[in-house]
Amino acid sequence: MRRTILDPYEDRYARRVFGMRSSVMRDLMAITQRPEVISLAGGLPDTGAFDREVLAELVSRIALDDGPMALQYGPTEGIRPVVDVICDVMRAEGMDPDPANIIVTTGGQQVLDLFARTFLDPGDVVIAEGPTYPGVVPCFNAVQADVRHVPLDADGLDPERVEALLDELTREGIRAKYLYTIPTFQNPGGCTTTLARRERLVELAAERDLLILEDNPYSLLRYEGEPVATLRSLDQHERVAYLGTFSKIFSPGVRVGWIEAPTPILQRVNLMKQAADLCSSPFMQLLVTRFFASDDGGEWKAWVARLNDIYRERRDAMVEAIDEFMPMAEFTSPQGGLFLWATLPEVIDTTDLLARALEKNVAFVPGAGAFLDGTGTSSMRLNFSAMPPDRIREGIRRIGEATNEVLDLARSLGLDEGGA
Amino acid sequence: MARVAILCGGRSHERAVSLRTGARVEQALHAIGGHEAVLVDVDEHLPETLRTGEFDVAFIALHGRGGEDDQVQALCELTRLPYTGTRNGPCGAAFHKARAKRLLLAAGVPTPAFITFSEHAIEQFGAGDVREEADELGYPLVVKPARAGSSLGTRFVDDAADLPRALISAMSYDSQVLVERHVRGRELSVTILGAIGDEGEPRVLPAVEIVPRHADWFDYESRYSHGETEFTCPPIGFDEAVLARAQDTARAAFEALDISGYGRVDLIVDEAGDPWVLEVSPVPGLTETSLVSVALDAVGIPLEDLVTHLLADAVAQGATTGGASDTEE
Repeated sequence: MRRTILDPYEDRYARRVFGMRSSVMRDLMAITQRPEVISLAGGLPDTGAFDREVLAELVSRIALDDGPMALQYGPTEGIRPVVDVICDVMRAEGMDPDPANIIVTTGGQQVLDLFARTFLDPGDVVIAEGPTYPGVVPCFNAVQADVRHVPLDADGLDPERVEALLDELTREGIRAKYLYTIPTFQNPGGCTTTLARRERLVELAAERDLLILEDNPYSLLRYEGEPVATLRSLDQHERVAYLGTFSKIFSPGVRVGWIEAPTPILQRVNLMKQAADLCSSPFMQLLVTRFFASDDGGEWKAWVARLNDIYRERRDAMVEAIDEFMPMAEFTSPQGGLFLWATLPEVIDTTDLLARALEKNVAFVPGAGAFLDGTGTSSMRLNFSAMPPDRIREGIRRIGEATNEVLDLARSLGLDEGGA
Repeated sequence: MARVAILCGGRSHERAVSLRTGARVEQALHAIGGHEAVLVDVDEHLPETLRTGEFDVAFIALHGRGGEDDQVQALCELTRLPYTGTRNGPCGAAFHKARAKRLLLAAGVPTPAFITFSEHAIEQFGAGDVREEADELGYPLVVKPARAGSSLGTRFVDDAADLPRALISAMSYDSQVLVERHVRGRELSVTILGAIGDEGEPRVLPAVEIVPRHADWFDYESRYSHGETEFTCPPIGFDEAVLARAQDTARAAFEALDISGYGRVDLIVDEAGDPWVLEVSPVPGLTETSLVSVALDAVGIPLEDLVTHLLADAVAQGATTGGASDTEE
């Protein structure tokens, strides 16, 4: 008989893979693939609303006009025409980028990975919002980073709290490698950092030599209120690297995003990208280019306006439903983006609540996935972009029902809502 | 040539594991050859799928509720389709941890003392009885959902203050929960292959020891994550006689619960070397990282052989329980 261990390759893996774990949440989420489940869990844009005839025309023009280029390798930094449309999009968001400072990436997610691998050695400190984007968690885990959260409030990221953390780190003799933030319609928090706070953050970055990675996937999805200047546009001291993506304003399926950053950083990121995938798909870059260049940019702007109409109605449906069915939840109504963050009484663990909710055919993302420090267990992220208003309403009604069941049970067990 | 419906997925909390088990069974059937394997992601159309699918046999790769609680077994019997594993009735009893433990105790198989509660009863009558009975049982305790696998919703409770939250957690997975005395010791898992039909003897595979690497509890994440848990087979540093007793106890549990085809018995061996059966899984996972796979690997039984064994048993049992091979039809 031979001696067997779980994984015969285990003694060969790099240490970093052991920090990357599967989770209860992920496996529970397998059920959300079922059609009967109302999933408020994903971050999916409504690609079904995109005109298929337009897509067919775009693809066909690429095949006929740019076939060889579409099928060939491309430059690591991206093909020039797509860099030009990226500049158009950034200008629409109030920035004035230099095309030479842009690298096209395979979705915004690749920027998170490349940036982490470019800057973080094992044990290095990186500052992230609390909650932070759940998708960045594996990037930080893969490089064995020490993530320090700065809690968000309704006005987004508070520079005073960032400064306090920097002071604390200084006392420990630690320099944070960078701060990762989504200032506008934060995922999963739904909040937007105010202009005054942004101005102070950029100042602070200059004063304290803090590098900021600004992730901005959602700012064009605004349903009310005036746009707020990006950190990148406020930055005068090359302290902000900027991440953009076509995922939410066109399609996540094309996997085209970008980083705009100071030249020395870009050179390093370029080397990392060569190792990762040589280049992002030229075919997909051409698809983005065709759409964003058509009608002199008029077509994509009209599409984003249409998306905003669709998502505004869904956001409103969710906010109304929470007011009606989940009065125990604390939340901030987001002015844009795709997510709403709700916090329930402390006695509720939202990972357990998810199991109960799935029995009722509804899913959300438990808050614990947005923190690396074990907090956030009473919160949840709710997505409103992927389901029509009536399904959103029904989904929230069911989550409210599940929540009330747990609260009733807690009371029967003699616990108050704070869990004491 | 048999047309095999591999029933997997479904909507239990263990859907992801079940899909992996199903995919591996499909691979094994391809490797064996001579079968037509059809993966069926179980949904509300299953009765129709089984009735019209012209299957010869169903391979049950469904874990958790819907797969181990008699539902799918009863459906197969209704449609007169032979199916793998434990029969309708015993399967559901084994899956229900409290019912299983009562059967084990009745058969003289050691299992830790326990009490059960339902969410309904707690809401009706409050938590007074729970606290009293838990105190009587004595801390530390383990709180588990009665009908869920893979350690989902299972928590250790060191003192009375932690009990309510653990009950809430377990009750998220099932309205009935089990509160069990925590036996400290080493955790073993014993896979047993049943006799085919009524012929022969069960085969007890060597025990696998489960050693959590980081967490102090072998939880869901550890169970399904590479590198989080070390499984050793045979266990290191065990007295041969103690191991043999654990295997005998596992077999006694397997027989007491009337498991057929294959099953996995999880035990704790306490500091005195006494084995305690924690639970018996009538449809254990067959993923690459599953305990059953580790035990099979240790004795050099390929998955293909287990699948062949289970199909042969299904057909043999089908003949005695009115399955499609019933010649009167």
